[in-house]
Amino acid sequence: MSRLIIIDTGCANVSSVRYAVERLGVAVEVSRDLATINSAERLLLPGVGSASEAMKNLAERDLITTIKGLTQPVLGICLGMQLLARHSAEGDVDCLGLIPAEVERLEVAPATRLPHMGWNQITPADGCPLFSGIPAGSYFYFVHSFALPVGSWTRAVCDYDQSFSAAIQAGNFYGVQFHPERSAAAGARLLKNFVELPA
Amino acid sequence: MLARRIIPCLDVRDGVVVKGVQFRNHEVMGDIVPMAQRYAEAGADELVFYDITASSDARVVDKSWVSRVAAVIDIPFCVAGGIKSVDDARRILENGADKVSVNSPALARPELIEELEAAFGRQCVVIGIDSYFNKENQRYEVYQFTGDESRTRNSGWQTLDWVKRVQELGAGEIVLNCMNQDGVRQGYDLEQLAAIRSACKVPLIASGGAGAISHFIDVFQQADVDGALAASVFHKNIIDMSELKGQLRAAGVAVRNSFGE
Repeated sequence: MSRLIIIDTGCANVSSVRYAVERLGVAVEVSRDLATINSAERLLLPGVGSASEAMKNLAERDLITTIKGLTQPVLGICLGMQLLARHSAEGDVDCLGLIPAEVERLEVAPATRLPHMGWNQITPADGCPLFSGIPAGSYFYFVHSFALPVGSWTRAVCDYDQSFSAAIQAGNFYGVQFHPERSAAAGARLLKNFVELPA
Repeated sequence: MLARRIIPCLDVRDGVVVKGVQFRNHEVMGDIVPMAQRYAEAGADELVFYDITASSDARVVDKSWVSRVAAVIDIPFCVAGGIKSVDDARRILENGADKVSVNSPALARPELIEELEAAFGRQCVVIGIDSYFNKENQRYEVYQFTGDESRTRNSGWQTLDWVKRVQELGAGEIVLNCMNQDGVRQGYDLEQLAAIRSACKVPLIASGGAGAISHFIDVFQQADVDGALAASVFHKNIIDMSELKGQLRAAGVAVRNSFGE
C-alpha cells in the first residue's frame, strides 16, 4: 500500500504533482479508489480548471463524502485548495465546506492583469509546519483569478492589489493557492514539509 | 511583488532544440531535456517549447518529450505547435505541461480558443501571435504558418484587433513575437509592445530581438510587459541568467531570487 496518495480528480496537473513528489524520493500513487484513499497516510488534492467542473468531477467519482471524512493530512493545491472552501464564486458552486470561507474573484485595479500569473512572494504565519524553513519573501508560482480571503484559516498571505490566502489550514486540511510542484526549490521544500507532517 | 518573468524559448524540431534567424536556417542547439534542466537550474522563471514544424506540415508530432521534460523540470512550462483541438491540448497537459500556446490554428478557427478555455480554464490558454511590421502600409500584421517559409502568409488580421479578439474568446496570456526583430538581437520592439500593452488585460510576453541585458531592462521599464522571452542569447551563452537578474534588480525591476538567496 502506498502511504501517499494523489487523489485522481480528473484534472490535468496530476502528473506534474506526481513528478514533483517523486523528485523528493517519495513513493506516491494516483488513485480514485475510495478504500485506497481512506487508508492513505496523507493525501494530495490537485486541481486546475474551474471550480464547478472540478466539483462535478468529484461528485461523479463519488469522492465528496470520502474527502470530507478524511482525518489524515490533506493538501489541496491551487483549485484543490479552493475546493476546501464552503462556496466558490467561480461558477457559483458549493464546495466541500471544510474551510469556513468563500472563494471570490480577485479584485484588482483596472491596469492590473488577470489571471494573477507568475512568481509572487508570500508571508507565512509563525509556526505553520508547512512553511518550516521557508522565509517570508520566498517566491512561489501562482496561476489563478479567484482566491480565498484572509481569515482565521490563513497560514500564508500573498498580495496582488489585495491580500489573499496563499495557504490555509483547518485541522487536518491544508491548502496552497500556488503550485508547489512548479515552484522550484521553495515548492519542493513545502512538499517535503507536508510529507513529513505527523500523520 | 509579482516578479517579471525571464522565459527561455526552445524551438523544437524532430526532438532537438533548434534556432534560426528570422524563422529561417535552423541550426541544432542541443537535446531538449538537458537544456530544459540547465535553464531551470540557472534560474529561468518559465520555459516555452515551440514545436516549429508542427503547425505547418500537418503531421502528427511525437510529444513524448513533454512528459520527459515534466519529470525533471520544477518550473512552469508551456508547449506550442500543432495544437488544433481540445484533445491535442489535453494530451500535452496530461503529460505535465502547465499551459498550451496556440498560434496558426487559432487564426484558422478562432472558436478553438473558446473550446480550450471551457475545457481547461483561461490560465492554460496562451495565444502566440507572430506580428510583422509592414513598412509599406505602416501596419502591424499577423502572420500565419511562420514555421515554414514556403507557407508563411498574412492572416489578414491587424495585430491590435487580433489581440483584442483573442482576449474576448478566452486567452489567458499573449506572447507577441515581433517578427522584424526575431533572431537579430537588436532589442525588443518597444514601440509595438507598448501599443499592444494598453489593449492587453492579460499577461503579455515580449518575444523577438533580445541581444543584450539592456534590452530586457528596456522592455520591462518601457513596455511594461510581464515576461520577456528569448532564445539565442541563452542558447549561445551570450547572456548569463544570474547576471541578467542581478542587473534587472539593480535597475529596479522586480525579479525572482532563487530560494535561500
